[in-house]
Amino acid sequence: MTAAVSTLEIRNLHVSVETEEGPREILRGVDLTVRTGETHAIMGPNGSGKSTLSYSIAGHPKYTVTDGSITLDGEDVLALGVDARARAGIFLAMQYPVEIPGVSVSNFLRSSATAVRGEAPKLRTWVKEVKASMEALEMDPSFAERGVNEGFSGGEKKRHEILQMALLKPKIAVLDETDSGLDVDALRIVSGGIEAVRAKGETGILLITHYTRILRYIKPEFVHVMAAGRIVDEGGPELAAVLEDSGYDRYVKGGGAAAPAGAGAVS
Amino acid sequence: MVVIDATGRPPMASGAVPRPVRSRNPLDHDVPTGREEAWRFTPLRRLRGLLTGPDADGKVSVTVSAPAGIAVEQLDAADPRIGRSYTPADRVAAFALARAGGATAITIPAEAATAEPVVVHLHGESPRAAAGTAAGVAYGHLLVEIGPFASATVVLDHTGSATYAGNVEVHVGHGASLTFVSLQDWDAGAVHVGAHAYSIGRDAKLRSFTVTLGGDLVRLSPTVDYRGPGGDAELNGVFFTDAGQHQEHRLLVTHTPRSCRSRVTYKGALRGDGAHSVWIGDVVINADAVDTDTYELNRNLVLTDGARADSVPNLEILTGEVVGAGHASATGRFDDEALFYLQSRGIPPAEARRLVVHGFFAEVIDRIEVADLRDRIMASVAARLGETPAEDEPATPAGAETVGA
Ligand SMILES: Nc1ncnc2c1ncn2[C@@H]1O[C@H](COP(=O)(O)OP(=O)(O)O)[C@@H](O)[C@H]1O
Ligand SMILES: [Mg+2]
Repeated sequence: MTAAVSTLEIRNLHVSVETEEGPREILRGVDLTVRTGETHAIMGPNGSGKSTLSYSIAGHPKYTVTDGSITLDGEDVLALGVDARARAGIFLAMQYPVEIPGVSVSNFLRSSATAVRGEAPKLRTWVKEVKASMEALEMDPSFAERGVNEGFSGGEKKRHEILQMALLKPKIAVLDETDSGLDVDALRIVSGGIEAVRAKGETGILLITHYTRILRYIKPEFVHVMAAGRIVDEGGPELAAVLEDSGYDRYVKGGGAAAPAGAGAVS
Repeated sequence: MVVIDATGRPPMASGAVPRPVRSRNPLDHDVPTGREEAWRFTPLRRLRGLLTGPDADGKVSVTVSAPAGIAVEQLDAADPRIGRSYTPADRVAAFALARAGGATAITIPAEAATAEPVVVHLHGESPRAAAGTAAGVAYGHLLVEIGPFASATVVLDHTGSATYAGNVEVHVGHGASLTFVSLQDWDAGAVHVGAHAYSIGRDAKLRSFTVTLGGDLVRLSPTVDYRGPGGDAELNGVFFTDAGQHQEHRLLVTHTPRSCRSRVTYKGALRGDGAHSVWIGDVVINADAVDTDTYELNRNLVLTDGARADSVPNLEILTGEVVGAGHASATGRFDDEALFYLQSRGIPPAEARRLVVHGFFAEVIDRIEVADLRDRIMASVAARLGETPAEDEPATPAGAETVGA
């Protein structure tokens, strides 16, 4: 039994942020299509707009879409609030997960699952489900009683993000540099968690990364290179291998994120 | 949370803590004009004449439920036990003492260990009054005495409505341990002004919780004095100040013997037009109080425009040999990133805000070991949060103020 295929379509996406000097355009026309069951990697140098793309998909209020569209199975994602996007099946594992003092992980997970599933999960099965997912990510049970991200190490935060993905079973998951800041052990565990979700084939994964090392664990079918707010190159897994050897230099000759429009779009 | 203003002055730079006049005679206390340091934040007109000691025309009934072995007595006005730990430091407290006509005394015998809490229900008998309409005037005095080496939990539960001036004297015996909760869960029309004086014996421990949720105006003055070394006082507080409410907590901890500890942690959330909270945290470390360890903290979460939080910590140190002495005060808005995080997990905005407020208070409330009470307080906060239609717009900046001493 397979769920119907869902499609996230991003067309000509332009996104600005408000700065002290006025609005600044960060994304300058991004096109991307991700379907459930597919795994895409977006790679690019720091400042190229990867987190901006992730936040824009999730609906962070700081980022203003000035042009273009995002749809999920034809539905206008941009018209939905942040919470409604999550309930529609979009998940963002954040690069820098936020602390919520005094709100326990267990309370938070249950509130999220209740919201996303539309009803409170049955307590008995829920406890089992959480326990199994935590075990798979080698998380100590005591973790559930801690405040959300409160005093978590970098690795704990990322495991917690992947735990949420496993429990919320999104149609499309955007993983923003989930690999960064992880030591070898943590990377193996976190990658295992992502791979387990992927193997079910019910989630489309947009794996955003600066480095290639996570691609040793998770093999994307599609690789996109982002520079200066645009997708500047696309290919299969072989592109990742090229990047591994040559880095981003050939995409950012013009000067990277701070470059004027058009620069860096060498392919 | 987002910090708008943090008072991080080094302790030694703090000003002198004001020393109030202390007298049982109301007339020894000047009628405040509103400009005095002790009264400048209080809307005097809303005290409903308590500064002039009007005759009682209302009632706050006192019902005590106590486990066996605990004495509950009605003392008459001449009883020498009244006023042993507390001499009034302002006019309202002096009138309360003069007009209460005695006191209710609760005595926990030496070395008693009672797991079950003593609950004192103080119920304002004025018919459920709306905010602004006068509830009848009532006075009260309560004595709580914990015998040496005893351990107990005492809960004061204020409900109903009244214009109430009431003092509480708490005498903690040497080596004793007391958890003391004062819950102000008044109806909207109530006015409550009170001094809560804690006298801590040698090696005794106090954990107090002051939880102010209801009322039109609540002004409480908790004070701590130590009678010997080794005393430990934890003063925790939570307040939820809704539109139009004035909630004021004025703390004074005086370290005189050596080697005592104090911890003050107050957290408040404010919401709506005219919501006003005042937190004053005065700590004095006298010259002989070497080896003192003190820290006081006030954090306020301003949920909407139109609310104002005043927060003034003040530390006066007269000895150089302390273990620690510090204070912090911060008033801020909802952390937008926290709200985004919760919403990105499908949680609707109103529920996300409820979770954040819940978490903000949980740090203090979770320390209360009486589960029923903890749940009731959290439920009351949740109900108050859900009461008026919460705007689904995230709060915009401005409106919060932190006032330095
Ligand atoms: N909220 C913001 N305000 C101002 N500039 C921003 C903001 N978010 C991102 N930027 C800028 O946009 C560019 C892209 O940032 P980001 O999307 O975080 O890149 P990446 O994730 O690829 O490192 C950077 O130059 C960054 O400084
Ligand atoms: Mg980034």
